[in-house]
Amino acid sequence: MRYINHEDVAVRTKKRLTKNLLLKGVFAAATTFGLIVLAVLLYRIITQGSGYLSLDFFTSFSSRIPENSGIRAAIVGSIYLMLVVAPVSMFLGVGTAIYLEEYATKNKFNDLIKVNISNLAGVPSVVFGLLGLTIFVRYFDLGISILAAGLTMSLLILPIIIVASQEAIRAVPNELRDASFAMGATKWQTILRVVLPASIPGILTGSILALSRAIGETAPLVVIGIPTILMFMPDGLMSTFTALPMQIYDWTKRPQVAFHDVAAAGIIVLMALLIIMNSIAVFIRNKYQKRY
Amino acid sequence: MTTTIKPATDVLENKEPKVKGPKASVYKTNQLNLWYGSNHALKNIDLDIKENEVTAIIGPSGCGKSTYIKTLNRMIETIPSVKTSGEIIYRDRNIFGKDYQVEELRTKVGMVFQKPNPFPKSIYDNIAYGPRIHGIKNKKILDEIVEKSLRGAAIWDEVKDRLQENAYGLSGGQQQRICIARCLAIEPDVILMDEPTSALDPISTLKVEELVQDLKKDYSIIIVTHNMQQAARISDKTAFFLNGEVVEYDETDKIFSNPSDSRTEDYISGRFG
Repeated sequence: MRYINHEDVAVRTKKRLTKNLLLKGVFAAATTFGLIVLAVLLYRIITQGSGYLSLDFFTSFSSRIPENSGIRAAIVGSIYLMLVVAPVSMFLGVGTAIYLEEYATKNKFNDLIKVNISNLAGVPSVVFGLLGLTIFVRYFDLGISILAAGLTMSLLILPIIIVASQEAIRAVPNELRDASFAMGATKWQTILRVVLPASIPGILTGSILALSRAIGETAPLVVIGIPTILMFMPDGLMSTFTALPMQIYDWTKRPQVAFHDVAAAGIIVLMALLIIMNSIAVFIRNKYQKRY
Repeated sequence: MTTTIKPATDVLENKEPKVKGPKASVYKTNQLNLWYGSNHALKNIDLDIKENEVTAIIGPSGCGKSTYIKTLNRMIETIPSVKTSGEIIYRDRNIFGKDYQVEELRTKVGMVFQKPNPFPKSIYDNIAYGPRIHGIKNKKILDEIVEKSLRGAAIWDEVKDRLQENAYGLSGGQQQRICIARCLAIEPDVILMDEPTSALDPISTLKVEELVQDLKKDYSIIIVTHNMQQAARISDKTAFFLNGEVVEYDETDKIFSNPSDSRTEDYISGRFG
Protein backbone atom coordinates (compact mmCIF):
# COMPACT_ATOMS: atom_id res chain seq x y z
CA MET A 1 0.00 0.00 0.00
CA ARG A 2 1.47 3.35 -1.00
CA TYR A 3 0.32 6.58 0.54
CA ILE A 4 1.67 9.00 -2.05
CA ASN A 5 -0.36 8.87 -5.27
CA HIS A 6 2.23 9.80 -7.87
CA GLU A 7 -0.27 10.55 -10.68
CA ASP A 8 -2.07 12.89 -8.37
CA VAL A 9 1.19 14.64 -7.42
CA ALA A 10 1.70 15.84 -10.98
CA VAL A 11 -1.76 17.47 -11.00
CA ARG A 12 -1.36 18.94 -7.54
CA THR A 13 2.11 20.32 -8.23
CA LYS A 14 0.65 22.91 -10.59
CA LYS A 15 -1.71 24.16 -7.89
CA ARG A 16 1.06 24.28 -5.34
CA LEU A 17 3.32 26.25 -7.63
CA THR A 18 0.54 28.75 -8.40
CA LYS A 19 -0.02 29.28 -4.69
CA ASN A 20 3.71 29.80 -4.21
CA LEU A 21 3.80 32.38 -6.98
CA LEU A 22 0.76 34.19 -5.60
CA LEU A 23 2.25 34.55 -2.14
CA LYS A 24 5.57 35.66 -3.55
CA GLY A 25 3.62 38.47 -5.23
CA VAL A 26 1.84 39.41 -2.00
CA PHE A 27 5.10 39.67 -0.07
CA ALA A 28 6.76 41.65 -2.87
CA ALA A 29 3.80 44.06 -2.82
CA ALA A 30 4.19 44.53 0.93
CA THR A 31 7.85 45.42 0.42
CA THR A 32 7.06 47.76 -2.47
CA PHE A 33 4.44 49.61 -0.42
CA GLY A 34 6.98 50.51 2.23
CA LEU A 35 9.58 51.48 -0.33
CA ILE A 36 7.18 53.72 -2.25
CA VAL A 37 6.08 55.61 0.86
CA LEU A 38 9.72 56.08 1.82
CA ALA A 39 10.64 57.25 -1.67
CA VAL A 40 7.79 59.78 -1.79
CA LEU A 41 8.78 61.09 1.61
CA LEU A 42 12.42 61.44 0.63
CA TYR A 43 11.53 63.07 -2.69
CA ARG A 44 9.23 65.65 -1.01
CA ILE A 45 11.76 66.49 1.66
CA ILE A 46 14.66 66.81 -0.71
CA THR A 47 12.80 68.94 -3.27
CA GLN A 48 11.40 71.13 -0.49
CA GLY A 49 14.49 71.50 1.59
CA SER A 50 17.46 71.43 -0.72
CA GLY A 51 16.95 75.10 -1.65
CA TYR A 52 17.74 76.14 1.89
CA LEU A 53 20.82 73.95 2.28
CA SER A 54 23.86 76.18 2.16
CA LEU A 55 26.85 76.96 4.32
CA ASP A 56 24.85 79.76 5.94
CA PHE A 57 22.23 77.27 7.02
CA PHE A 58 24.84 75.58 9.18
CA THR A 59 26.36 78.75 10.60
CA SER A 60 23.26 80.82 11.44
CA PHE A 61 20.93 80.71 14.37
CA SER A 62 17.18 80.35 13.92
CA SER A 63 15.43 83.52 12.80
CA ARG A 64 12.05 85.13 12.20
CA ILE A 65 12.94 85.28 8.51
CA PRO A 66 13.01 81.87 6.81
CA GLU A 67 15.91 82.81 4.50
CA ASN A 68 18.13 83.73 7.48
CA SER A 69 17.27 80.67 9.56
CA GLY A 70 19.95 78.15 10.36
CA ILE A 71 20.56 75.18 12.60
CA ARG A 72 23.84 76.16 14.23
CA ALA A 73 22.50 76.04 17.81
CA ALA A 74 20.57 72.83 17.15
CA ILE A 75 23.53 70.93 15.68
CA VAL A 76 25.84 71.98 18.49
CA GLY A 77 23.09 71.13 21.00
CA SER A 78 22.62 67.68 19.51
CA ILE A 79 26.37 67.04 19.65
CA TYR A 80 26.50 68.12 23.29
CA LEU A 81 23.56 65.85 23.98
CA MET A 82 25.40 62.90 22.43
CA LEU A 83 28.47 63.68 24.54
CA VAL A 84 26.34 63.01 27.62
CA VAL A 85 24.22 60.17 26.24
CA ALA A 86 26.99 58.06 24.67
CA PRO A 87 29.22 57.53 27.73
CA VAL A 88 26.38 57.36 30.27
CA SER A 89 24.18 54.94 28.34
CA MET A 90 27.05 52.76 27.16
CA PHE A 91 28.62 52.46 30.59
CA LEU A 92 25.31 51.65 32.29
CA GLY A 93 24.06 49.47 29.44
CA VAL A 94 27.16 47.37 28.88
CA GLY A 95 27.72 47.15 32.64
CA THR A 96 24.19 45.84 33.17
CA ALA A 97 24.56 43.35 30.32
CA ILE A 98 27.86 42.06 31.72
CA TYR A 99 26.35 41.68 35.16
CA LEU A 100 23.23 39.88 33.93
CA GLU A 101 25.05 37.56 31.52
CA GLU A 102 28.30 36.85 33.34
CA TYR A 103 27.88 37.40 37.06
CA ALA A 104 24.20 37.04 37.97
CA THR A 105 23.15 33.55 38.99
CA LYS A 106 20.32 32.03 37.03
CA ASN A 107 17.20 32.38 39.15
CA LYS A 108 13.59 33.52 38.81
CA PHE A 109 14.30 37.04 40.02
CA ASN A 110 17.03 37.63 37.45
CA ASP A 111 14.85 36.14 34.72
CA LEU A 112 12.17 38.65 35.73
CA ILE A 113 14.69 41.49 35.43
CA LYS A 114 15.70 40.31 31.96
CA VAL A 115 12.10 40.14 30.71
CA ASN A 116 11.34 43.57 32.10
CA ILE A 117 14.35 45.17 30.47
CA SER A 118 12.96 44.05 27.13
CA ASN A 119 9.58 45.48 28.17
CA LEU A 120 11.19 48.81 29.05
CA ALA A 121 12.33 49.11 25.46
CA GLY A 122 8.65 49.34 24.51
CA VAL A 123 7.72 52.14 26.94
CA PRO A 124 6.68 55.31 25.01
CA SER A 125 9.36 57.98 24.95
CA VAL A 126 6.93 60.56 26.40
CA VAL A 127 6.88 58.53 29.59
CA PHE A 128 10.67 58.71 29.78
CA GLY A 129 10.34 62.47 29.26
CA LEU A 130 8.00 62.73 32.26
CA LEU A 131 10.41 60.65 34.31
CA GLY A 132 13.28 62.93 33.35
CA LEU A 133 11.25 66.04 34.12
CA THR A 134 10.32 64.75 37.57
CA ILE A 135 13.66 63.28 38.57
CA PHE A 136 16.44 65.14 36.81
CA VAL A 137 14.93 68.58 36.06
CA ARG A 138 12.93 69.04 39.27
CA TYR A 139 14.12 66.63 42.01
CA PHE A 140 17.85 66.88 41.33
CA ASP A 141 17.29 70.46 40.24
CA LEU A 142 19.40 70.17 37.11
CA GLY A 143 17.05 72.56 35.31
CA ILE A 144 16.38 72.48 31.60
CA SER A 145 19.98 71.57 30.87
CA ILE A 146 22.02 69.39 28.55
CA LEU A 147 22.83 67.16 31.51
CA ALA A 148 19.15 66.62 32.45
CA ALA A 149 18.14 65.93 28.86
CA GLY A 150 21.18 63.69 28.29
CA LEU A 151 20.42 61.59 31.35
CA THR A 152 16.78 61.27 30.26
CA MET A 153 17.81 60.18 26.77
CA SER A 154 20.28 57.72 28.30
CA LEU A 155 17.46 56.07 30.23
CA LEU A 156 15.39 55.93 27.06
CA ILE A 157 17.97 54.02 25.03
CA LEU A 158 19.40 52.02 27.94
CA PRO A 159 17.12 49.00 27.37
CA ILE A 160 18.12 48.83 23.69
CA ILE A 161 21.82 48.88 24.56
CA ILE A 162 21.38 46.32 27.33
CA VAL A 163 19.48 43.89 25.10
CA ALA A 164 21.92 44.28 22.17
CA SER A 165 24.93 43.85 24.48
CA GLN A 166 23.36 40.83 26.18
CA GLU A 167 22.86 39.19 22.82
CA ALA A 168 26.44 39.93 21.75
CA ILE A 169 27.81 38.56 25.03
CA ARG A 170 25.60 35.49 24.87
CA ALA A 171 26.89 34.72 21.37
CA VAL A 172 30.42 34.17 22.74
CA PRO A 173 30.78 30.38 22.98
CA ASN A 174 31.07 28.96 26.48
CA GLU A 175 34.06 26.86 25.40
CA LEU A 176 36.11 30.07 25.28
CA ARG A 177 35.09 31.01 28.83
CA ASP A 178 35.87 27.47 30.01
CA ALA A 179 39.32 27.62 28.42
CA SER A 180 40.02 30.81 30.33
CA PHE A 181 38.64 29.62 33.67
CA ALA A 182 40.54 26.33 33.34
CA MET A 183 43.81 28.29 33.34
CA GLY A 184 42.96 29.96 36.61
CA ALA A 185 41.56 33.22 35.25
CA THR A 186 39.03 35.13 37.32
CA LYS A 187 35.64 36.16 35.98
CA TRP A 188 36.81 39.70 35.31
CA GLN A 189 39.98 38.58 33.52
CA THR A 190 37.85 36.31 31.37
CA ILE A 191 35.38 39.10 30.60
CA LEU A 192 38.12 41.61 29.79
CA ARG A 193 40.33 39.33 27.70
CA VAL A 194 37.90 36.87 26.10
CA VAL A 195 34.26 37.91 26.30
CA LEU A 196 34.51 41.62 25.52
CA PRO A 197 36.98 41.35 22.60
CA ALA A 198 34.68 38.78 21.00
CA SER A 199 31.47 40.70 21.64
CA ILE A 200 32.57 44.31 21.14
CA PRO A 201 31.45 44.48 17.47
CA GLY A 202 27.90 43.50 18.46
CA ILE A 203 27.92 45.83 21.43
CA LEU A 204 29.14 48.78 19.35
CA THR A 205 26.66 48.12 16.56
CA GLY A 206 23.75 48.02 18.99
CA SER A 207 24.96 51.09 20.83
CA ILE A 208 25.35 53.18 17.69
CA LEU A 209 21.87 52.23 16.51
CA ALA A 210 20.53 53.17 19.93
CA LEU A 211 22.38 56.51 19.84
CA SER A 212 20.95 57.25 16.42
CA ARG A 213 17.53 56.76 17.95
CA ALA A 214 18.40 59.22 20.72
CA ILE A 215 19.54 61.85 18.25
CA GLY A 216 16.21 61.76 16.41
CA GLU A 217 13.98 61.53 19.49
CA THR A 218 11.78 64.60 20.17
CA ALA A 219 9.09 63.73 22.70
CA PRO A 220 11.24 63.59 25.86
CA LEU A 221 12.79 66.95 24.97
CA VAL A 222 9.36 68.51 24.51
CA VAL A 223 8.22 67.19 27.89
CA ILE A 224 11.34 68.43 29.65
CA GLY A 225 10.73 71.84 28.14
CA ILE A 226 13.74 72.37 25.91
CA PRO A 227 13.45 75.76 24.17
CA THR A 228 13.11 75.76 20.39
CA ILE A 229 14.59 79.12 19.62
CA LEU A 230 18.02 79.71 21.02
CA MET A 231 20.18 82.61 19.92
CA PHE A 232 23.35 81.52 21.70
CA MET A 233 25.60 78.48 21.87
CA PRO A 234 25.49 76.18 24.88
CA ASP A 235 28.57 76.72 27.04
CA GLY A 236 28.59 73.68 29.29
CA LEU A 237 26.61 70.73 30.55
CA MET A 238 24.37 72.88 32.76
CA SER A 239 23.54 75.24 29.92
CA THR A 240 20.16 75.13 28.24
CA PHE A 241 20.13 74.10 24.60
CA THR A 242 18.08 73.03 21.66
CA ALA A 243 18.46 69.97 19.47
CA LEU A 244 17.88 69.10 15.81
CA PRO A 245 14.49 67.40 16.16
CA MET A 246 13.24 70.24 18.42
CA GLN A 247 14.28 72.83 15.88
CA ILE A 248 12.57 70.91 13.06
CA TYR A 249 9.44 70.51 15.16
CA ASP A 250 9.38 74.25 15.81
CA TRP A 251 9.75 75.19 12.17
CA THR A 252 6.94 72.88 11.06
CA LYS A 253 4.61 74.55 13.59
CA ARG A 254 5.17 78.04 12.15
CA PRO A 255 2.35 79.47 10.04
CA GLN A 256 4.60 80.72 7.20
CA VAL A 257 4.86 78.07 4.49
CA ALA A 258 8.49 78.99 3.80
CA PHE A 259 9.41 77.69 7.25
CA HIS A 260 8.14 74.27 6.26
CA ASP A 261 10.83 74.20 3.59
CA VAL A 262 13.41 75.23 6.19
CA ALA A 263 12.17 72.32 8.29
CA ALA A 264 12.70 70.01 5.32
CA ALA A 265 16.29 71.24 5.09
CA GLY A 266 16.71 70.45 8.78
CA ILE A 267 15.29 66.98 8.21
CA ILE A 268 17.85 66.38 5.44
CA VAL A 269 20.65 67.25 7.85
CA LEU A 270 19.22 64.98 10.56
CA MET A 271 18.77 62.15 8.08
CA ALA A 272 22.30 62.52 6.78
CA LEU A 273 23.52 62.29 10.36
CA LEU A 274 21.48 59.12 10.94
CA ILE A 275 22.70 57.52 7.72
CA ILE A 276 26.29 58.26 8.69
CA MET A 277 25.82 56.72 12.14
CA ASN A 278 24.09 53.64 10.79
CA SER A 279 26.79 53.21 8.15
CA ILE A 280 29.41 53.24 10.88
CA ALA A 281 27.43 50.52 12.65
CA VAL A 282 27.26 48.40 9.48
CA PHE A 283 30.95 49.01 8.82
CA ILE A 284 31.91 47.83 12.31
CA ARG A 285 29.70 44.78 11.98
CA ASN A 286 31.23 43.78 8.65
CA LYS A 287 34.80 44.55 9.59
CA TYR A 288 34.80 42.57 12.83
CA GLN A 289 32.73 39.63 11.64
CA LYS A 290 32.64 36.86 14.22
CA ARG A 291 35.57 34.54 13.83
CA TYR A 292 34.42 31.70 15.99
CA MET B 1 50.82 29.57 48.12
CA THR B 2 51.48 32.03 45.36
CA THR B 3 49.87 32.01 41.99
CA THR B 4 52.86 33.44 40.18
CA ILE B 5 54.64 31.21 37.75
CA LYS B 6 58.23 30.32 38.23
CA PRO B 7 60.72 31.62 35.66
CA ALA B 8 60.26 29.81 32.41
CA THR B 9 63.43 27.79 32.50
CA ASP B 10 63.20 25.78 35.65
CA VAL B 11 60.29 23.43 35.26
CA LEU B 12 61.66 21.13 32.63
CA GLU B 13 65.25 21.30 33.74
CA ASN B 14 65.00 21.18 37.51
CA LYS B 15 62.72 18.18 37.65
CA GLU B 16 64.68 15.49 39.36
CA PRO B 17 64.94 12.18 37.59
CA LYS B 18 62.27 9.83 38.85
CA VAL B 19 63.55 6.94 40.83
CA LYS B 20 61.83 3.61 40.59
CA GLY B 21 59.65 2.75 43.50
CA PRO B 22 56.23 3.63 44.85
CA LYS B 23 55.00 6.83 43.21
CA ALA B 24 53.44 9.59 45.23
CA SER B 25 49.71 10.22 44.94
CA VAL B 26 48.65 13.32 43.12
CA TYR B 27 44.90 12.96 43.63
CA LYS B 28 43.14 10.97 46.30
CA THR B 29 39.39 10.83 45.94
CA ASN B 30 37.49 9.72 49.03
CA GLN B 31 33.79 8.88 48.96
CA LEU B 32 33.00 11.50 46.32
CA ASN B 33 29.32 11.94 45.52
CA LEU B 34 27.95 14.42 43.05
CA TRP B 35 24.43 15.43 42.14
CA TYR B 36 23.06 17.45 39.23
CA GLY B 37 19.92 18.66 40.98
CA SER B 38 18.34 15.37 41.99
CA ASN B 39 20.33 13.25 39.54
CA HIS B 40 22.97 11.31 41.45
CA ALA B 41 25.79 11.34 38.89
CA LEU B 42 28.80 10.12 40.90
CA LYS B 43 28.43 7.57 43.65
CA ASN B 44 31.01 6.94 46.38
CA ILE B 45 34.02 7.34 44.14
CA ASP B 46 37.34 6.24 45.64
CA LEU B 47 40.38 6.67 43.42
CA ASP B 48 44.06 7.10 44.13
CA ILE B 49 45.85 8.66 41.17
CA LYS B 50 49.64 8.52 41.05
CA GLU B 51 51.98 11.15 39.71
CA ASN B 52 53.84 10.90 36.40
CA GLU B 53 51.44 8.34 35.08
CA VAL B 54 48.74 8.41 32.48
CA THR B 55 45.45 7.46 34.09
CA ALA B 56 42.67 6.68 31.65
CA ILE B 57 39.02 6.87 32.55
CA ILE B 58 36.77 4.79 30.34
CA GLY B 59 33.09 3.93 30.33
CA PRO B 60 29.93 4.28 28.25
CA SER B 61 28.21 7.65 27.63
CA GLY B 62 26.61 9.09 30.73
CA CYS B 63 28.70 7.02 33.15
CA GLY B 64 30.08 10.14 34.85
CA LYS B 65 33.62 10.02 33.48
CA SER B 66 33.55 13.59 32.15
CA THR B 67 31.80 14.78 35.30
CA TYR B 68 34.54 13.22 37.40
CA ILE B 69 37.44 14.80 35.50
CA LYS B 70 35.73 18.19 35.60
CA THR B 71 35.37 17.83 39.36
CA LEU B 72 39.15 17.47 39.69
CA ASN B 73 39.67 21.13 38.75
CA ARG B 74 36.22 22.19 39.95
CA MET B 75 35.17 23.23 36.46
CA ILE B 76 31.96 21.33 37.21
CA GLU B 77 30.95 24.24 39.44
CA THR B 78 30.15 26.35 36.38
CA ILE B 79 26.92 24.33 36.34
CA PRO B 80 24.77 25.94 39.03
CA SER B 81 22.74 22.92 40.20
CA VAL B 82 25.78 20.79 41.13
CA LYS B 83 26.22 19.57 44.70
CA THR B 84 29.07 17.42 46.02
CA SER B 85 30.00 15.52 49.14
CA GLY B 86 33.16 13.68 50.10
CA GLU B 87 36.65 14.95 49.43
CA ILE B 88 39.30 15.13 46.75
CA ILE B 89 42.79 15.51 48.17
CA TYR B 90 45.16 17.11 45.71
CA ARG B 91 48.73 17.02 47.03
CA ASP B 92 47.59 16.90 50.68
CA ARG B 93 44.90 19.57 50.44
CA ASN B 94 41.16 19.07 50.05
CA ILE B 95 40.18 20.97 46.92
CA PHE B 96 36.71 21.57 48.36
CA GLY B 97 38.27 23.26 51.41
CA LYS B 98 36.93 26.74 52.15
CA ASP B 99 40.33 28.40 51.81
CA TYR B 100 41.13 26.71 48.49
CA GLN B 101 40.60 29.24 45.69
CA VAL B 102 39.66 27.61 42.38
CA GLU B 103 41.96 30.02 40.54
CA GLU B 104 44.91 28.64 42.52
CA LEU B 105 43.91 25.03 41.89
CA ARG B 106 43.40 25.57 38.16
CA THR B 107 46.86 27.08 37.80
CA LYS B 108 48.30 23.78 38.98
CA VAL B 109 45.82 21.58 37.17
CA GLY B 110 45.50 22.37 33.49
CA MET B 111 42.74 21.11 31.25
CA VAL B 112 42.37 20.18 27.59
CA PHE B 113 38.82 20.00 26.32
CA GLN B 114 36.93 17.70 24.00
CA LYS B 115 36.57 20.24 21.22
CA PRO B 116 39.66 22.31 20.41
CA ASN B 117 38.87 25.73 21.86
CA PRO B 118 41.63 28.18 21.01
CA PHE B 119 40.80 31.85 21.54
CA PRO B 120 40.10 33.92 18.42
CA LYS B 121 43.53 35.47 18.89
CA SER B 122 46.98 34.94 17.42
CA ILE B 123 48.84 31.72 18.19
CA TYR B 124 51.24 33.73 20.32
CA ASP B 125 48.47 35.39 22.33
CA ASN B 126 46.78 32.04 22.87
CA ILE B 127 49.87 30.58 24.49
CA ALA B 128 50.74 33.77 26.38
CA TYR B 129 47.20 34.02 27.77
CA GLY B 130 47.83 31.95 30.90
CA PRO B 131 51.17 33.55 31.83
CA ARG B 132 49.64 36.99 31.25
CA ILE B 133 46.67 36.44 33.54
CA HIS B 134 49.14 35.32 36.19
CA GLY B 135 50.98 38.60 35.89
CA ILE B 136 53.87 38.03 33.51
CA LYS B 137 54.37 41.11 31.35
CA ASN B 138 58.04 40.83 30.39
CA LYS B 139 58.15 40.24 26.63
CA LYS B 140 61.33 38.17 26.80
CA ILE B 141 59.93 35.80 29.38
CA LEU B 142 56.69 35.51 27.43
CA ASP B 143 58.60 34.72 24.24
CA GLU B 144 60.47 32.03 26.08
CA ILE B 145 57.32 30.49 27.58
CA VAL B 146 55.60 30.51 24.18
CA GLU B 147 58.48 28.72 22.49
CA LYS B 148 58.95 26.22 25.30
CA SER B 149 55.23 25.43 25.46
CA LEU B 150 54.89 25.03 21.70
CA ARG B 151 57.95 22.77 21.65
CA GLY B 152 56.47 20.84 24.57
CA ALA B 153 53.32 20.25 22.55
CA ALA B 154 55.36 19.22 19.48
CA ILE B 155 53.92 21.95 17.27
CA TRP B 156 56.72 24.53 17.34
CA ASP B 157 58.13 23.59 13.94
CA GLU B 158 54.71 23.84 12.31
CA VAL B 159 53.84 27.29 13.63
CA LYS B 160 57.09 29.08 14.46
CA ASP B 161 56.90 31.23 11.32
CA ARG B 162 53.33 32.33 11.87
CA LEU B 163 52.99 33.01 15.56
CA GLN B 164 51.07 36.21 14.88
CA GLU B 165 48.44 34.51 12.74
CA ASN B 166 45.01 33.71 14.10
CA ALA B 167 44.86 30.28 15.69
CA TYR B 168 41.56 29.67 13.87
CA GLY B 169 43.50 29.25 10.63
CA LEU B 170 45.03 26.00 11.89
CA SER B 171 43.62 22.52 11.34
CA GLY B 172 41.62 20.85 14.10
CA GLY B 173 44.51 18.66 15.14
CA GLN B 174 46.90 21.60 15.25
CA GLN B 175 44.35 23.61 17.21
CA GLN B 176 44.15 20.85 19.81
CA ARG B 177 47.94 20.80 20.17
CA ILE B 178 47.84 24.61 20.52
CA CYS B 179 45.36 24.06 23.36
CA ILE B 180 47.76 21.56 24.93
CA ALA B 181 50.60 24.07 24.54
CA ARG B 182 48.39 26.75 26.08
CA CYS B 183 47.84 24.43 29.01
CA LEU B 184 51.60 23.76 29.35
CA ALA B 185 52.22 27.50 29.45
CA ILE B 186 50.74 27.77 32.94
CA GLU B 187 53.34 25.17 33.97
CA PRO B 188 50.84 22.83 35.57
CA ASP B 189 51.48 19.79 37.72
CA VAL B 190 48.55 17.78 36.36
CA ILE B 191 46.92 17.85 32.93
CA LEU B 192 43.31 16.79 32.65
CA MET B 193 42.19 15.74 29.18
CA ASP B 194 38.51 15.33 28.44
CA GLU B 195 38.25 13.16 25.31
CA PRO B 196 40.94 15.28 23.61
CA THR B 197 40.93 13.34 20.36
CA SER B 198 37.23 12.71 19.84
CA ALA B 199 36.97 15.58 17.33
CA LEU B 200 40.21 14.73 15.52
CA ASP B 201 41.14 12.62 12.50
CA PRO B 202 43.27 9.46 13.00
CA ILE B 203 46.60 11.10 12.13
CA SER B 204 46.04 14.02 14.50
CA THR B 205 44.89 11.54 17.13
CA LEU B 206 48.12 9.62 16.76
CA LYS B 207 50.13 12.81 17.23
CA VAL B 208 48.24 13.72 20.38
CA GLU B 209 48.69 10.19 21.74
CA GLU B 210 52.43 10.34 21.13
CA LEU B 211 52.47 13.69 22.83
CA VAL B 212 50.69 12.31 25.89
CA GLN B 213 53.32 9.57 26.17
CA ASP B 214 55.99 12.20 25.97
CA LEU B 215 54.40 14.56 28.49
CA LYS B 216 54.02 11.99 31.25
CA LYS B 217 57.72 12.36 32.06
CA ASP B 218 56.97 15.79 33.47
CA TYR B 219 53.29 15.81 34.22
CA SER B 220 50.62 13.60 35.70
CA ILE B 221 47.94 13.07 33.08
CA ILE B 222 44.34 12.04 33.56
CA ILE B 223 42.55 11.34 30.32
CA VAL B 224 38.90 10.56 29.68
CA THR B 225 38.35 8.57 26.53
CA HIS B 226 35.59 6.51 25.02
CA ASN B 227 38.10 4.88 22.74
CA MET B 228 39.21 1.73 24.55
CA GLN B 229 42.11 1.07 22.19
CA GLN B 230 43.38 4.52 23.02
CA ALA B 231 43.22 3.82 26.75
CA ALA B 232 45.07 0.53 26.18
CA ARG B 233 47.72 2.23 24.04
CA ILE B 234 48.62 5.20 26.18
CA SER B 235 47.66 4.69 29.81
CA ASP B 236 49.39 3.11 32.79
CA LYS B 237 46.25 2.76 34.86
CA THR B 238 42.64 2.56 33.81
CA ALA B 239 39.46 3.24 35.75
CA PHE B 240 36.24 1.81 34.38
CA PHE B 241 33.17 3.90 35.25
CA LEU B 242 29.62 2.63 34.96
CA ASN B 243 26.45 4.45 36.09
CA GLY B 244 28.42 6.86 38.25
CA GLU B 245 30.44 4.21 40.04
CA VAL B 246 33.99 2.96 39.67
CA VAL B 247 33.64 -0.67 38.70
CA GLU B 248 37.30 -1.41 38.45
CA TYR B 249 40.54 0.53 38.76
CA ASP B 250 43.85 -1.17 38.06
CA GLU B 251 46.93 -1.39 35.88
CA THR B 252 45.84 -0.93 32.27
CA ASP B 253 47.43 -4.25 31.25
CA LYS B 254 45.39 -6.07 33.84
CA ILE B 255 42.13 -4.32 32.99
CA PHE B 256 42.47 -5.22 29.33
CA SER B 257 43.86 -8.75 29.69
CA ASN B 258 42.37 -10.07 32.87
CA PRO B 259 39.64 -7.88 34.36
CA SER B 260 38.31 -9.00 37.70
CA ASP B 261 34.76 -7.72 37.20
CA SER B 262 32.52 -9.31 34.58
CA ARG B 263 31.01 -5.91 33.68
CA THR B 264 34.48 -4.62 32.79
CA GLU B 265 35.03 -7.65 30.61
CA ASP B 266 31.69 -7.14 28.89
CA TYR B 267 32.50 -3.50 28.21
CA ILE B 268 36.04 -3.93 26.90
CA SER B 269 34.99 -6.83 24.73
CA GLY B 270 32.35 -4.59 23.16
CA ARG B 271 29.26 -6.32 24.46
CA PHE B 272 27.76 -2.97 25.49
CA GLY B 273 28.59 0.74 25.53
